[in-house]
Amino acid sequence: MQTLIKNGRVIDPANQIDGAFDILINNGKIEAVAPKGKISGSKINDAQIIDAKGCVVAPGFCDMHVHFREPGHEYKETIETGSASAAAGGFSTVAVMPNTSPVNDNRSVTELIISQAEKTGLVNIYPIGAITKGLKGETLSDMGELKESGCIGYSDDGKPVMNSELMRRALEYSRMFDLPCIQHSEILDLTRGGCMNEGIVSIELGLKGMPVEAEDIMVFRDICLLPKTGGRLHVAHISSGGAVDLVRQAKAKGLPVTCEVAPHHFTLTEEACRNYDTNAKMSPPLRTQADIESIKEGLRDGTIDIIATDHAPHDLADKQVEFDNACFGIVGLETALPLTLKLVDEKVITLQRAVDLLTQQPCRIFNLDKGTLGVGKDADIVIFNPDTKYTIEPENFKSRSKNSPYKGWKVRGKVLHTIVAGKSVYSDPNE
Amino acid sequence: MLLSTKSILSAKELSKQDIQHILDTADSFKEISTRAIKKVPTLRGKTIINLFFEPSTRTRTSFEIAGKRLSADVINISGSTSSTVKGENLIDTAQNLEAMNPDIMVVRHQCSGAPALLSQFIDCPIINAGDGAHEHPSQALLDLMTIRSQKGYLEGLNVAIVGDINHSRVARSNIKAMQTMGMKVRIVGPPTLIPADFERLGVEVSHNLAEAVKDVDVVMVLRIQLERQNQGLLSSLREYSNYFCLTSESLAKARDDVLIIHPGPVNRGIEIALDVMESPRSLILNQVTNGVAIRMALFYLLLGENNANPN
Repeated sequence: MQTLIKNGRVIDPANQIDGAFDILINNGKIEAVAPKGKISGSKINDAQIIDAKGCVVAPGFCDMHVHFREPGHEYKETIETGSASAAAGGFSTVAVMPNTSPVNDNRSVTELIISQAEKTGLVNIYPIGAITKGLKGETLSDMGELKESGCIGYSDDGKPVMNSELMRRALEYSRMFDLPCIQHSEILDLTRGGCMNEGIVSIELGLKGMPVEAEDIMVFRDICLLPKTGGRLHVAHISSGGAVDLVRQAKAKGLPVTCEVAPHHFTLTEEACRNYDTNAKMSPPLRTQADIESIKEGLRDGTIDIIATDHAPHDLADKQVEFDNACFGIVGLETALPLTLKLVDEKVITLQRAVDLLTQQPCRIFNLDKGTLGVGKDADIVIFNPDTKYTIEPENFKSRSKNSPYKGWKVRGKVLHTIVAGKSVYSDPNE
Repeated sequence: MLLSTKSILSAKELSKQDIQHILDTADSFKEISTRAIKKVPTLRGKTIINLFFEPSTRTRTSFEIAGKRLSADVINISGSTSSTVKGENLIDTAQNLEAMNPDIMVVRHQCSGAPALLSQFIDCPIINAGDGAHEHPSQALLDLMTIRSQKGYLEGLNVAIVGDINHSRVARSNIKAMQTMGMKVRIVGPPTLIPADFERLGVEVSHNLAEAVKDVDVVMVLRIQLERQNQGLLSSLREYSNYFCLTSESLAKARDDVLIIHPGPVNRGIEIALDVMESPRSLILNQVTNGVAIRMALFYLLLGENNANPN
């Protein structure tokens, strides 16, 4: 079975390609990438043709930070609905966080996730294993077993590893398996009971704030632990300008630290919490315009390595409640592309760099042989029209949950096709 | 004249005209409470539900008496007797109550924003009777009424609010309402109870009580919650008192005609000295009396003057 994607603008940062190219897919692999019109011959006669005129053809996006809630909270999302949400957002690869119930801190949960992913058969799903057993921050999980059964990184995401000694050991021990430790950077003593950024808006709303220093201090502590341990630190969902500066300084010293940013942290501020909109309740919280400017600078100068959505689906029952009692998080996969393209509109980054942040870079950090259109690689491809304008309607999300503060936003950039291993897993219904 | 809002969720959203109208209406209702027969038929046949998820004596009683003096039927539901202890969601509870056709719901809740949340799901007017650390608009209105009844005007007056500003819905409502009325507000307390960003509300911040009360027309003392000590926000109540208890000494440099108010309940000797509390400058009991009139005015205005029965 062959597919020919023609007439598109191929952007493949991994192979330094940006131009009018056609792509031939054969048996789920990339067979050829050649300048427009150059793929010909008898062998493509019965190929399925996708005309990508006016569209960008790129490696399928890779989101290294999603919560698919299975096992345990299937009423919010399952591996199947999460996969559909990923495919609709142009993502062919995702890494799922371990804060399920039971926690993914052992082989059996990892294998369950992988087996459910295979049964669903939509996108590539890689589990992240817990740093500590039960995410309790007490004892290290069996990191070797987790890697052998398929985990690609370690994190207690949602909960920071508060104990410095334990984090030190995690960074040391993980070195043996060459996988990064992903930290949700938050000093809990400073944020206890908090539900939004601490500042003028939390004061006016009478809500308990989470000061930005809680993030900065944890990022600084973890960076301090790097030289001696030799571990690899990946800072999850960076939201503070101060933390961006700390990562920049650490990188300048050559320390093995990387970081990600979620689209909501460069498109929304704490102002979105006014009217007690629980869809704007996130952890880390939405910060200030100054933080957004620092994040944009970090994206511009390469301090921030990747864009990851922190896709955190929540049922209405968990969001349509008092702000204090609402769950943290946002459905991220289906709005990531248009929100990222805003950075291109604002000339913060180029379109090539936007694709890079969503493809090659995440795969580099997590040692995945993905995020490229190289010949012989898995044919994981997204085709999107960067110019299509539309209004975000969460009720049409493929995700089981609809919690999004972007309802009604007029945006640009629409996914038309998502292909995983040569197979179409999503096509825009209007195509 | 109608208010610009359908519900009273915050003092912030009340216009100057709204506040003046509420105070004028409350002034005219005050006399009813002094009659031998303290009841007028104005809201006969109307139903008011007091939905209180937090313990309250003064505020709940004040709303209840206000409703009854206007002949409304008043139902009290407290957090411990409501279905929320059985796990029922706040919105479900309120929607079920609304299905019984009340005319107003008065809501007190420990979570900031709870009345605002309810207002999205129920049609009947809501009065916020205190939500978390957010607002307590009827308290601010009765405070303004009390000040105005003594001074005759509000514009240009200087007020010092003393105490646990950060956790106080009374402070937030008063700051907003007083600013709307052209008053100047100074907030006074230890830095642990006044986060830096408070200055951005357009208030002056002071940590020295005696200096802060020097030139003000009104000193509002807030209740200090005993649990702040355990939260590490105060070294001890004793030390708090040393610096922030309103005493004759701390009032030494204040103007002779300075007014003292307190939203209650009072911790005698901790945030305010007994002699100050009982001095002629103290209007603490006037506030309570005016509270009934303010709440009568709110019921009357929210139900619409035309909608209410003639006196």
